[in-house]
Amino acid sequence: MAPVRGDGMRGLAVFISDIRNCKSKEAEVKRINKELANIRSKFKGDKTLDGYQKKKYVCKLLFIFLLGHDIDFGHMEAVNLLSSNKYSEKQIGYLFISVLVNTNSDLIRLIIQSIKNDLQSRNPVHVNLALQCIANIGSRDMAESFSNEIPKLLVSGDTMDVVKQSAALCLLRLFRSSPDIIPGGEWTSRIIHLLNDQHMGVVTAATSLIDALVKRNPEEYKGCVNLAVSRLSRIVTASYTDLQDYTYYFVPAPWLSVKLLRLLQNYNPVTEEPGVRARLNETLETILNKAQEPPKSKKVQHSNAKNAVLFEAINLIIHSDSEPNLLVRACNQLGQFLSNRETNLRYLALESMCHLATSEFSHEEVKKHQEVVILSMKMEKDVSVRQMAVDLLYAMCDRGNAEEIVQEMLNYLETADYSIREEMVLKVAILAEKYATDYTWYVDVILNLIRIAGDYVSEEVWYRVIQIVINREEVQGYAAKTVFEALQAPACHENMVKVGGYILGEFGNLIAGDSRSAPLVQFKLLHSKYHLCSPMTRALLLSTYIKFINLFPEIRTNIQEVFRQHSNLRSADAELQQRASEYLQLSIVASTDVLATVLEEMPSFPERESSILAVLKKKKPGRVPENEIRESKSPAPNTMAQNNVIVNHKVNSNANADLLGLSTPPAGLNNTGGSGTLIDVLGDIYGNNNAATYNTKKFLFKNNGVLFENEMLQIGVKSEFRQNLGRLGLFYGNKTQIPLTNFMPVLQWSAEDALKLNVQVKPVDPTLEAGAQIQQLLTAECIEDYADAPTIEVNFRYNNVPQKFSIKLPLTLNKFFEPTEMNGESFFARWKNLGGEQQRAQKVFKAQQPLDLPGARNKLMGFGMQLLDNVDPNPDNMVCAGIIHTQTQQVGCLLRLEPNKQAQMFRLTIRASKETVTREICDLLSDQF
Amino acid sequence: MMLFMLLFSRQGKLRLQKWYMAYPDKVKKKITRELVTTILARKPKMCSFLEWKDCKIVYKRYASLYFCCAIEQNDNELLTLEIIHRYVELLDKYFGSVCELDIIFNFEKAYFILDELLIGGEIQETSKKNVLKAIASQDLLQEDEAVEGTLRDIGLL
Repeated sequence: MAPVRGDGMRGLAVFISDIRNCKSKEAEVKRINKELANIRSKFKGDKTLDGYQKKKYVCKLLFIFLLGHDIDFGHMEAVNLLSSNKYSEKQIGYLFISVLVNTNSDLIRLIIQSIKNDLQSRNPVHVNLALQCIANIGSRDMAESFSNEIPKLLVSGDTMDVVKQSAALCLLRLFRSSPDIIPGGEWTSRIIHLLNDQHMGVVTAATSLIDALVKRNPEEYKGCVNLAVSRLSRIVTASYTDLQDYTYYFVPAPWLSVKLLRLLQNYNPVTEEPGVRARLNETLETILNKAQEPPKSKKVQHSNAKNAVLFEAINLIIHSDSEPNLLVRACNQLGQFLSNRETNLRYLALESMCHLATSEFSHEEVKKHQEVVILSMKMEKDVSVRQMAVDLLYAMCDRGNAEEIVQEMLNYLETADYSIREEMVLKVAILAEKYATDYTWYVDVILNLIRIAGDYVSEEVWYRVIQIVINREEVQGYAAKTVFEALQAPACHENMVKVGGYILGEFGNLIAGDSRSAPLVQFKLLHSKYHLCSPMTRALLLSTYIKFINLFPEIRTNIQEVFRQHSNLRSADAELQQRASEYLQLSIVASTDVLATVLEEMPSFPERESSILAVLKKKKPGRVPENEIRESKSPAPNTMAQNNVIVNHKVNSNANADLLGLSTPPAGLNNTGGSGTLIDVLGDIYGNNNAATYNTKKFLFKNNGVLFENEMLQIGVKSEFRQNLGRLGLFYGNKTQIPLTNFMPVLQWSAEDALKLNVQVKPVDPTLEAGAQIQQLLTAECIEDYADAPTIEVNFRYNNVPQKFSIKLPLTLNKFFEPTEMNGESFFARWKNLGGEQQRAQKVFKAQQPLDLPGARNKLMGFGMQLLDNVDPNPDNMVCAGIIHTQTQQVGCLLRLEPNKQAQMFRLTIRASKETVTREICDLLSDQF
Repeated sequence: MMLFMLLFSRQGKLRLQKWYMAYPDKVKKKITRELVTTILARKPKMCSFLEWKDCKIVYKRYASLYFCCAIEQNDNELLTLEIIHRYVELLDKYFGSVCELDIIFNFEKAYFILDELLIGGEIQETSKKNVLKAIASQDLLQEDEAVEGTLRDIGLL
């Protein structure tokens, strides 16, 4: 071990050695606990500790924390050290605070004065220590306390360079948590002009800051473009000796170059001035030229730094998308990397080419590398590289090469890694649909997909093939024939049975003329799979059979026999039982005409963007693989679409459900006025003691906690929700010294409501012993959207006096939200799509005092929707997206909450694809902020 | 912007953690656990970059230590590798061919050096000379204090 410079702490070294010598985890914990006890007693002891001792103990605490143990003391000692006039002590104090203190700790207020003192120190080492600490904590408190000092430090002529560097990045950190810290006006130009600073370190740090400022206010900082271009040009043409220590392995200032290139990507076009533009293009060409030069060093650092600049330059070229010459050159350069020895370069080249493939200027160039990319997909050792190759194939696919690419992807799918199969299936399905000129090819592809990777074919994929076959008459006969052949395989995937069942049920008549696929043969073939299938598929097959009775009256008796079978007519599965008996009756009672009307061919589905694409987008938020040559995309379809595909009578019941849904009174109006008030009223009536707390309101935004409490009883809740199912544990705690008898919680939820939200309650023991706690389990299943929430009425006797409380359960509709990530573009596209009268609801209400934006954000995060950052142009506004899962459908829902600080008001807007949902969500949230 | 940096050993022991975003402690522990497992499971010739949640992970192994950074989608992966390398060079220069033990026993120094290199997840100073100069002036202050302390102890001050 090297000798420790500065002043070492022997006690610390001994302690660390002890820990390292521990033979077991238990021994380590024991040693640590002993040390913690020792330190605690020292800190509490009467003897005052000197600075060195304090420093040593605080350091030990830090070490223990870094080992993964929680530390809950020592903060005050660290604060003490912070204001020490010995640098070595001060430094440890700062380190402890930086590592251990989280942003909203009260301690921060205690250290602000010390930090202020250090900021004013004449010694730059002290100033930097303070700046690093502010940046490490980076909270709003910090921003508020130092909003004057730091900008001044940054632009003042007296500030030393090292301090300027830290000040720039410190300011950037604070700007991220409180954007208002940056002064406007004359400061803008002073900050921009840091790009001209003599000191490369200052420019590097300042560029990061300016990049963030530009993102927020591109117009105001537009002046930075010219400066950035000329600075970049000077660096790129500099020889590596010019920049001395800022040359990294023979590459002049790679970090600054990359930052400047990033900065320029904030503008499009980068510049309107022809002169600047020419200079920039020249610079980019120089970077491309240099990439071709023989390396100046064999070290990987040289190649990495050089290529980092190259890749960033290519990003800028792609971003501008206006210089065909540069785009083609970039593409050739990346093409060379595809067969480079370095895995990292191959990976990045594939990634970058995905973007080039979407430019009309370079799309054709990218296609030239198709063979290599296919090889990468097959041969790469690293799955992430293979995945990238798949992404690129997807991006470069067009009508010209679709058949080949799809075929290669299908071939590869047989051996592909499990982790990427599902996504590959989606991609193949999308490409096949998008570029099909001949839909028989499309049908072949999808059936192949099911054959090869049936387990990874999601419902959307097979729904989609059915939608397409139904909409395209020319392919129906072929589909029926192909699926019939596919079903003859001895073992075929259940998804194949589903598709086969559906298609034959609709179009089996088109191939019935051939004796090899005569009606009875079709039926027997399908039914031979029946017993191997899940109830859902069986249900689908039963529908196929009733359709067969309509198509082929001659096999009616064979089919009726199946309906009559014990296993169907008395199936344990209610759905199967119902279908079997209803279909049986239908086949007996209905005349041919009625049968033909009821079982008429499915009407065409409305044309819409592929629902599969939406699934792919959802799988990869933020990094949607593109297969579009830049053009604006149509908004994604709403998620309800898929449900339409299920068999006819399901569709009908859905429609019924919707009608019912519409005819119920608007949520919240006559039931309750906001979920909290009703219980409060009841609480006053029934609760004999005044000190009862009802917390139901809070549970809109959380799932666990104390729901109700008075002197006798505490009710805690733990709940979890998945899709349309929920599980809720109620914990009744008896706070008194005597048992509560006749203890009986009763669920209050009308039969009509229970059709929408089915709640099952487990009974509990009628006696709740003194001081004891019992648990009651509830399960909830959301069948369709509903208003309000169930109530639980708790009855018991305390000292033989009957008691009764009604408590609203935290089972509001929002619990069935699934958060949905999306970017601004798709958010607003959907937002616009949901503009109908019934899809909108809006409320304006007074904010709780004082208006608390971070609080509102937290609440929204707990509400269940995804809070989307950087979507709304106004950073104060909050927007969210989510999907409500019910058994019958999924309802997409968008939210926007706009604060008005002057008026201390909020405006809440909800848009959802279903009116009742829109209203309920709006009602739940109004007056909550 | 770098979101965080983790140093851990081949045995999966965390040696240094630096967070540039405010995550709750629980989340930090979870992230660490997940990443350590993921990265230790990867083979040597594999790509140094991986997509992870909504960010990118860049990692590299030096002797028995893994250096692992999370960066944002738009950040430059290759240059992040070189940030790691520069940090290793700095540690190496400071400790004189650094080894894992140096970082264990002088973890506070490892933090101080990192703070000179990066602030708020952005690179502050890329010049090796300048960072070492800053660290040297910190050490100088400490040594002065130590000398002063000794002089005081023996009654010369």
